[in-house]
Amino acid sequence: MDAKALLYKCTSDARAYAATRRGWLFAHRIWLARRASQILVLAIFLTGPWLGLWIAKGNFASSEILGVLPLADPFIFLQSLFALHKPIMLAVIGVATITAFYLIVGGRAYCSWVCPVNVVTDSAYWLREKLGLTRDRKLDKRTRLWVLVAALLASLLTGTIAWEFLNPVSLLQRGIIFGIGAGWGIIAAVFMLDLFVTRRGWCSHLCPVGAFYGLIGSASLIRISAINRPACTDCGACFKACPEPHVITPALKGTGTHLILAGDCTNCGACIDSCYVDVFQYASRLSPRHGPPEQYIDTATTSARPGRAVAAAAE
Amino acid sequence: MANKFIADRVEPSAAGANAAQRSPAKARPAGSPPADIPRAPAKKQAGVSRRDLIGGLAKSAGIACLAAVALDQYVRSARAIDATALRPPGAIDEEQFLSACVRCGLCVRACPYDTLKLATMGDPAPLGTPYFIAREASCLMCPDVPCARVCPTGALDRNIPDIRHANMGISVLVDHETCLNYKGMHCSICHRVCPIRNEAITLEKQTIKGRQMLIPTVHSNKCTGCGTCEKHCVLEEAAIRVLPRPLGQGKSGRNSAGRPITGHGGLRRDI
Repeated sequence: MDAKALLYKCTSDARAYAATRRGWLFAHRIWLARRASQILVLAIFLTGPWLGLWIAKGNFASSEILGVLPLADPFIFLQSLFALHKPIMLAVIGVATITAFYLIVGGRAYCSWVCPVNVVTDSAYWLREKLGLTRDRKLDKRTRLWVLVAALLASLLTGTIAWEFLNPVSLLQRGIIFGIGAGWGIIAAVFMLDLFVTRRGWCSHLCPVGAFYGLIGSASLIRISAINRPACTDCGACFKACPEPHVITPALKGTGTHLILAGDCTNCGACIDSCYVDVFQYASRLSPRHGPPEQYIDTATTSARPGRAVAAAAE
Repeated sequence: MANKFIADRVEPSAAGANAAQRSPAKARPAGSPPADIPRAPAKKQAGVSRRDLIGGLAKSAGIACLAAVALDQYVRSARAIDATALRPPGAIDEEQFLSACVRCGLCVRACPYDTLKLATMGDPAPLGTPYFIAREASCLMCPDVPCARVCPTGALDRNIPDIRHANMGISVLVDHETCLNYKGMHCSICHRVCPIRNEAITLEKQTIKGRQMLIPTVHSNKCTGCGTCEKHCVLEEAAIRVLPRPLGQGKSGRNSAGRPITGHGGLRRDI
């Protein structure tokens, strides 16, 4: 078996359609960019300790970029407020900067473009598919919101930043930057959960960090648009590739806006990669081109179905 | 009102459209012409009854509370810090510290001697928080306290005026049996290495069992708990150790009028 055949054998089912029709690189272009982004974000924290070239100090919880720009995680900050800690100005600036950034690039862009646990859970999902594991202990998608509320309540009750005693996301990024010790155990547990127990169990069902960024994402500027939806061949590749498939339906199969507006969408671009007829693209929420099609804006109250509109015209 | 909800839920065409909408992933052979997918109206079709709504909310609240209690219990067990693990200089009271510290490691990066570490699983401090072990690496007492200055949350006091205001713990000569000075020798290493020499630790002349001895004596108002004495104690296990202040320092009580029990009446414990 040559290298190319092996590459295609390793390609996930969802991307195989696009990979065979448009080439492997086409079906992984945004995936490659995401992995590069995830590595790059960690790399700017690692050039300091490894090479003595200090770009960023600290870690994802709070950092100092080039000795001036403070950045801070808004979810940790919120827990700190619930723990009744009086914030200092530097933290407020850091949180505001990060929140503004994710309001632009999409809240859960954190999950798919930054968070290192995403690599772990994506790998688990890929392996799950390749091993043919179909057992799926169903969890409610909203569990993560309940965990989020629980983290805030526990912060209030204990007077600590409660989720940080457990958070695999912090554990892994901090572990990579500062040394992980026995923390691999929790990361292995997340991997096993996603592999054996629940399909995309951690990122799409349990993680309150993702849920929090999802809340930011429901108002964020950059969204994915199913702008070319008439070309859809119903091959189902995007639904297979998407970690949150329920977000696609309204934009792809609805008659309203082309934009995927659900905060759960991670802007990962798996739908863009896996669609061989280029239905999806990144778009601005404010762009009218990607909003609801014009013929439905005025007639939405009377008839929203093209079939009915045609029938009415015939009468 | 109720009738409307029921009507919404049983309307057959709406149910059919929903079913078609829910399973678009059903694969057709690739390349065949796209079927005419029924386009769902933008209007929401399925109504949610008040009972379902309240039931759902109650369930969510219940699960959130359950998870909160579980997390609360876990945090209470995981928040303990080992007596050997010391916080960086300028750290606020341990209770408040865990509400402020985001575990970012900026203090660790600022430490020029790599004394500070971030705890990982199984380390003697809560996960991710900064600490040091005096016996392994003591605080070298930089006068400008760079670690506290960079703290982005106030877990370390950024405005600490001087390292001498730091309170990492209190040095205690815990073992009088193995301490060489108590054996009549003139080791006094702890006294000689102390960065606040002759103030935090002094050598006090004492007569014990008829022999003159120089006993290292810690002065709590000067000791910062940097741990230099513990690190350099020549014994295999240090006889002098830095302990968290509440553990290493006594405190006199107060009488019923709220005045400190000191001086002549201080030893009477007949109340």
